[in-house]
Amino acid sequence: MESLSPTRSISVTVNGTTYEREVEARKLLIHFIRDDLDLTGSHVGCDTGNCGACSVIVDGTLLKSCMLLAVQADGASVETVEGLSADGELTPLQQSFSDHHALQCGYCTPGMLMSATALLRENPSPSEDEVKKALQGNICRCTGYWNIVEAVTAVGE
Amino acid sequence: MLLREVEYAKPASVAEALELLAANDGARALAGGQTLVNVMKARAASPDGLVDLNGLEELKGIELDAGGTLTIGAMTTYTELVRSVEAKARPILGEVCATIADVQVRNRGTIGGNVCSNDPTNHLPPLMVAIGASMTVAGADGEREVPADEFFLGVYMTAVGPGELLTRIAIPAGKADGFAAVTLGADGTCIANAAASVDAGGFRVALGCVDAVPVVVTAGAPEQVAEAVRAAGIDAPSDVHASSEYRAHLAEVLAVRAARQAAERS
Repeated sequence: MESLSPTRSISVTVNGTTYEREVEARKLLIHFIRDDLDLTGSHVGCDTGNCGACSVIVDGTLLKSCMLLAVQADGASVETVEGLSADGELTPLQQSFSDHHALQCGYCTPGMLMSATALLRENPSPSEDEVKKALQGNICRCTGYWNIVEAVTAVGE
Repeated sequence: MLLREVEYAKPASVAEALELLAANDGARALAGGQTLVNVMKARAASPDGLVDLNGLEELKGIELDAGGTLTIGAMTTYTELVRSVEAKARPILGEVCATIADVQVRNRGTIGGNVCSNDPTNHLPPLMVAIGASMTVAGADGEREVPADEFFLGVYMTAVGPGELLTRIAIPAGKADGFAAVTLGADGTCIANAAASVDAGGFRVALGCVDAVPVVVTAGAPEQVAEAVRAAGIDAPSDVHASSEYRAHLAEVLAVRAARQAAERS
């Protein structure tokens, strides 16, 4: 019988590496990724579930890691922005962000990349409207959306 | 943000989840967490324990029976409803779920969480009332059926009592439905919304955001809906987004739009 507990031993695979840790139930997944695993590519923008800077892919599903507890990722495979170019080569999406200058301050970029990565896996040639809809959960406080949408759309062309 | 200390359990069955909830007064069910985790950050809710319903396959899935009744597990996500072939039997479901928040939230947020949180600005409470949904609530004494009309009791309050869980939602056959909302941003929080459904008995419109629970009005034709809303004597709340008068005005406009959409599909 399962019982309530303030801590839990979890095993989470992040970008192909499996980590086993004892975590407090109150710890959000984003803090586990950033503070416990020192993978600081995923950002905390708003901490209220609005901005999407903490977006990661969990078992193939795009989620905001500030609205998930770390204990809920037990047994899961998590992809963060660090995993995109793990072999040192930029993905076509990352290269397109560079080519189109799709960032200003860069704070939202990790979340934008993960949302666009999830989109392109399902829909390799999205229309401009589909890109905009797919990035709805990601806020760029510099309001640099124009180049971001262009960069994502260009990958599919 | 660091949450207040909280205990956590991940039961392997609904029966186990019910036992955990019954045995721990301060524990709450954790569905998609797209509302609960955020209100915990703000300390607007501080449960002592979380009983995680993720992973309970018996609470997932969408079934369509021969009579056209849809049965939707409480832990079914918005994305699953948007993509489901079965859910297209009642098209309004997927259409409305596709306008809730954003991809990430839709991938995790659940139909059960949406109705059980019963935030008056949520999309699904008025929709469930308009289309005549029926909720199955499980507890230590077994299951009971609660019509959507009687499910929503107050702001953040539903017929799901302590030690109970919403397990599934049954939605009868139909397609002549409509939904209209004025939101903060394209698919943001509703300032006012309305869901409508029409059958041989006429139009049934449920208004959200104007009271603690959805307000139901009925009319024989879309042209009579505005008058029916005015006759309901709505005393809408006032906030930074809309005055009471403006929100009541939106309710009237949106009720007519939803009813017209339903009429076009009948």
